[in-house]
Amino acid sequence: MFHNILNKESGGKKQPKAIPVTLSTRIRLARNLRKFPFPGRAEVSQKRAVLSKCIDAISGIKGLNNSISVEVDDLSELDRQILVEQHLISPELSQVKEGSGIVLTQDRSCCIMINEEDHLRIQVLRPGLDFSSVWKDADELDTGIESAISYAYDGDLGFLTACPTNLGTGMRASVMMHLPGLVMSKNMDRVINAVNQLGIAVRGLFGEGSDANGSIFQISNQQTLGESESAIIDRLNLTLESLVKQENFARAKLLQDDKSRLIDKMSRAIGSLKTCHLIQSAEAMDLLSLVRLATDFGMMPEKFRGLADRMFIEVQPGHVQLSAGKVIDPSFRDELRAELLRNHFLRAPLLDLSSH
Amino acid sequence: MKCHHCDNQATVHLTQILNGQMHKMDLCEACAQAKGVTNPENLSISNLMDKVELDVDSSGTTMVCESCGITHQEFKKGGRLGCEACYHVFRPILDPLLDGMHAGTKHLGKVPSSSESRIQFEQSIHSLKKKLKDAVEKEDYEEAAQLRDNLHDLESQKHLSE
Repeated sequence: MFHNILNKESGGKKQPKAIPVTLSTRIRLARNLRKFPFPGRAEVSQKRAVLSKCIDAISGIKGLNNSISVEVDDLSELDRQILVEQHLISPELSQVKEGSGIVLTQDRSCCIMINEEDHLRIQVLRPGLDFSSVWKDADELDTGIESAISYAYDGDLGFLTACPTNLGTGMRASVMMHLPGLVMSKNMDRVINAVNQLGIAVRGLFGEGSDANGSIFQISNQQTLGESESAIIDRLNLTLESLVKQENFARAKLLQDDKSRLIDKMSRAIGSLKTCHLIQSAEAMDLLSLVRLATDFGMMPEKFRGLADRMFIEVQPGHVQLSAGKVIDPSFRDELRAELLRNHFLRAPLLDLSSH
Repeated sequence: MKCHHCDNQATVHLTQILNGQMHKMDLCEACAQAKGVTNPENLSISNLMDKVELDVDSSGTTMVCESCGITHQEFKKGGRLGCEACYHVFRPILDPLLDGMHAGTKHLGKVPSSSESRIQFEQSIHSLKKKLKDAVEKEDYEEAAQLRDNLHDLESQKHLSE
């Protein structure tokens, strides 16, 4: 049953059209129950009590009545890996032993982690850039859960969290951004330093410490206390707007100063995707990044942007095994990944350079 | 913004990544010099945290949260607190850390609806206590007795509502 949700293509609802630069928006709220130690300090029996209280509270909420709840223990290694690759759970939660759980909606737009670092991590995700609707949904879910359980909260410090870096609103608002222009023009380090000064963090695709394969970065607020949720979102939005401008500027400059090299890269990427027979996920991500870039330049039909986004996930090791229906060793995975990409790019046109 | 070590205006703002966590500290010119901030090779934020710790632990006792058993050392090592009561126990160490870590030290975001009444109680109790103190200072004992009764009622109501 759980497998079916993970395997679904777009999760039922019609997905919004993929847009340049911004891939997806997410809000995560960290919450803890009163009178229970935080998960890192709790006995298994206390974690179990928290888990069942949370699941009871969640099951009564409108909008979540069609969701599936499962204990992390009951999931196979592969299912856990797939959840991580879909950015629904953290790598940390996928490693926990006992007493942790996941509540996931059918459309995968909401995933609640139970007994990760905090008792509850409420997450709402959407493609594209859309903080207002993501915040509205997260806020409603949070209020719904809070009507059934009492949160650890302090008038001065706000929502109390295991790590003081999440204190206050407990909110991490983030967007996944595709920044190949800044990476290729070697400006990413400078940009990371600049946004860090503004209290904004930049991480790789799979969170803390991960690589930025495919030039994809997670941009999020670092500070959670001393500002309201809307002030945090407004500040993040301002930074994002400026990042989008800088990325577009870097792309335009690359096209102007180093046109042949850039077109050569994008053109060869399509060639490789059409013809590869063995490919690792990191290389696949980089090729797909170039396809997305070519689409943003108007050199590829629009639909390839959405395809690249889908493939960013489907070329991950867990997903390749999910489509094969079994656990397979890395070299055979590289073969299957190549086959998947060849099939999808079989009829992809060559770059249309008429307007450049 | 005040210096972490004295009340002077902070002019040196230090950011370090320690165990994957970002720590910020604000220092005045003199404390920055004394701590060797001007010489980056000697610098470590844990030295700075030790100073905070020394100030706090001068009574000679080790801080432990009685509710979950976590010690100050464990918190310092792992960066995670054990339970909601820790925020009360470790508050003296936390306050300077929070000041450097966040945009402010007062929560300005969402208030859970069940906490609204709790917070209202706490605010009313706080203001009654202040009025009571003023009344005692002014030697208005009649007013003080009335306020003491009100306070008593409110505290028992708060207790019941929990």
